[in-house]
Amino acid sequence: MIDKIFYVLSALTIISATLVIISRHPIRSILFLVLTFFLVSAHYVLLNAQFLALVNIVVYAGAIMVLFLFVVMFLNLNEEMVEVKSYLPWFAAVISGGSLMLIVTSALEKAVLTSPQLVSNYNIGLVENLGSVLYREYLLPMELSAVLFFIAMAGVMLLGRKERISE
Amino acid sequence: MNSEFLIHLILWAPLVGFAINGIFGSSFSGKTAGFIACLGPLTGFVSTVLLWSGFDQTIQINYYRWFGTPDSFSVDFSVMVDQLTLLMLFIVTGVGTLIHLYSVGYMEHDKGFVRFMSYLNLFIFSMLLLVMGSNLVMLFAGWEGVGLCSFLLIGFWYKNPDYNKAARKAFVMNRIGDLGFMLGIFLLGLEFRTLDIPTLLSSMEHIESGDPKIILITILLFIGVTGKSAQIPLFTWLPDAMAGPTPVSALIHAATMVTAGIYLVARMSGLFNLAPFTLDVIAWVGLATAFVAATIALRQNDIKKVLAYSTVSQLGFMAVALGCAAYSTAIFHVMTHAFFKALLFLGAGSVIHGLHGEQDISKMGGLRNAMKSTHLVFLIGTLAIAGVPPLAGFFSKDEILAAAFSHSIWYFVILALTAVLTAWYMFRLYFATFHGSYRGSKETEAGIHESGLVMLAPLFVLAFLSVVGGFAGMPETISSKHLVSDFLKPVVADHAHSVSHSFEYILWGVTLVLLVLIVWLTNKMYSVNSAEVFRSGSGWVGRILEGKYYLDEIYETLISGPLRSTGTWFKNVMDPGVIDQAVKLPGLVFRNAGVALRPLQSGIISWYMISIVLGLLAMIYLFLF
Amino acid sequence: MENQIPEIFNAIPHTHYVLLSTILFVVGLIGVMIRKNVIIVFMCIEIMLNAVNLMLTSTSAYYSHAGGQIMVFFTMAVAAAEVAVGLAIIVMIYKNLHSTNIDVFQRLKG
Repeated sequence: MIDKIFYVLSALTIISATLVIISRHPIRSILFLVLTFFLVSAHYVLLNAQFLALVNIVVYAGAIMVLFLFVVMFLNLNEEMVEVKSYLPWFAAVISGGSLMLIVTSALEKAVLTSPQLVSNYNIGLVENLGSVLYREYLLPMELSAVLFFIAMAGVMLLGRKERISE
Repeated sequence: MNSEFLIHLILWAPLVGFAINGIFGSSFSGKTAGFIACLGPLTGFVSTVLLWSGFDQTIQINYYRWFGTPDSFSVDFSVMVDQLTLLMLFIVTGVGTLIHLYSVGYMEHDKGFVRFMSYLNLFIFSMLLLVMGSNLVMLFAGWEGVGLCSFLLIGFWYKNPDYNKAARKAFVMNRIGDLGFMLGIFLLGLEFRTLDIPTLLSSMEHIESGDPKIILITILLFIGVTGKSAQIPLFTWLPDAMAGPTPVSALIHAATMVTAGIYLVARMSGLFNLAPFTLDVIAWVGLATAFVAATIALRQNDIKKVLAYSTVSQLGFMAVALGCAAYSTAIFHVMTHAFFKALLFLGAGSVIHGLHGEQDISKMGGLRNAMKSTHLVFLIGTLAIAGVPPLAGFFSKDEILAAAFSHSIWYFVILALTAVLTAWYMFRLYFATFHGSYRGSKETEAGIHESGLVMLAPLFVLAFLSVVGGFAGMPETISSKHLVSDFLKPVVADHAHSVSHSFEYILWGVTLVLLVLIVWLTNKMYSVNSAEVFRSGSGWVGRILEGKYYLDEIYETLISGPLRSTGTWFKNVMDPGVIDQAVKLPGLVFRNAGVALRPLQSGIISWYMISIVLGLLAMIYLFLF
Repeated sequence: MENQIPEIFNAIPHTHYVLLSTILFVVGLIGVMIRKNVIIVFMCIEIMLNAVNLMLTSTSAYYSHAGGQIMVFFTMAVAAAEVAVGLAIIVMIYKNLHSTNIDVFQRLKG
């Protein structure tokens, strides 16, 4: 049963991601991206990583995508952009992307993976567990990411302030 | 006082004087600076006397290890005083002190007085380093020091381009010799693993005479000697060095620098004795130098030039003595020569000073009345150098002639002829300067004056020494005690010479007769009222002598000229054609590569992305497969 | 929650998650390479980030190591900051050039 769910989910994720990149309309792209995020979150749930699933929806689908939508609306980019002049970049992109995938999968063949039977604790993805790890072992990076946010905020405000063109 | 302290004092006092005058000199009055400058060598002289009075054995002072290699080879900053050094110390500090004193009078009106005095002190220091150095590197340091100081002093009046040229010439000529000297030192160090002179000489006992290596080393050392002691073929710098102030000429030509080469050979006598071939070379070079320089001196009209060539000639005499392995004789001649040549130079300086810079003897004459004291001491100097008994030059020259005679009849013949020439040009100089009537212009005649006491006092001391100096080395015909060679016996490896007494007497008799003849002839020829006799001769012999055998021109054509044109060729062809192109090539390659690669940076971001992915692919491929 | 084995670990080999992440990553990459609209390019980058996140999470889950999921958490933090700054830059460029076509960035060429 669960394997069928996995394969369906995977197929939907890939299709939805593909639709993001081939949609002509920006708004449509954004909506497919939101869908992709939800599907990835579903994968997280499958993997028993509820916390991440939640955060993914809140941060990505909630905050980030709203930001995207807001910008698109704000800049009034609803109309389609004449994008394709020649298909040469498309070919080059698909070929190089395909070769990258090929090479990574063949690298996977060579990788020596220890068997998943070593799994012992299945609850690591839960809030309780992750929280204790985060605030014990990763306290410093955690605090640093707060600093990072602060800097990003300051940077955005600096970029967004009104230029005094008149002077 | 203990002797080590005295040695410190001798060596460092002139350097301290140099430092004080060199650093603070600009704020001193001329008198203060002169006093300080004179104090240096005077301290040295007094200390030398004290040292001598208590001297019983060689003293070596090791200041510190200068440099070396991890395996036993090392060079120390060390000084040594033995009999030979002591004798040289007497000459250097004694004559040096007199010349300092004289310079105070001679240079007092010169703007660069303080600079001059500090150079003189540095010169004395370098010379002391040279004679006291206990290894060849120390000796070489002093050797280079006097070279540097002579450059500074010859070019002292640096605003005159000719003088600068003379200074440069002296420096370059010396450099050629120094190269030989340096190679000799290297070879010695390579061969014996030490440069310490006593150790070197003691290790000579096991070496066979005529060893090719020793011959090569000694020849190289002798090349250094030809530079410093003005032997053929490197002697042409010495007459040009007359560009310097007269006390410098006295200091360089009489007491110090030029005798360094003679000192070196005497110091390394144990080494040179093992190379009979080199000794022959030295003797022949000395003969040629003595003769050539003496003949040139016959036709010079510049008072200092005549003395300069006579110095070269006398150095040739010393070289012959060295070549006959009569080292103590050479040193003896160095000593007497220091006395009378310093006297002659300083006397000539007094004449020049009195005539306000006139150096041409064809414009002098009749000065014996105006400059009585100078005339007297100059006469003594002339008699001494001409070899009139019993003045200083007689004994030393007689000894050299005897050594030459016992060695080879040819040496003797050439040397005797040269001695006659010496007497001739010296009396020519004397009569032309002090006898006859004044040949300069009327205005200058009124300004002729005798020099002051500061200048005359050293002259009298030197004149006294020129008279009595020879008694330090009387031949065995007169006295069984030869002070100089007995004193030097422990450190100098002389070959014994003996000539029969009857020969000595004949020699003296002939000398006297010849001298009288020469005096009579030169008096007749050169005690004249007109400058006619000093005009350039028409005969080819005269022209060659006046042109100094055209040696400068020959060097110019054979050596300097080709070198210069080679340099020009390199500058015009090699440099822009090959080297510049070779330097430009990499730059050109990279610039063109840049031009070729610039289109890659198109600004089209999709292409950038594709390139990134391709690069990623390549890297993953390289790392994983 | 009690410690029981989720079904998925037995049903699906870990390799399949790796493959899924790779495909997602490549899709995002191709999007970056072919799209002209800067905002879309930006979104494609988000897809790539998500692919990596999925990879990290799955590995962490299969191997019971919390570090991978913590890493994802940080990636999200950085991504949020990056999006904020990036979008601000895009807005500024649009204000000045009235275009979000990536070709206008050619002007940044040295």
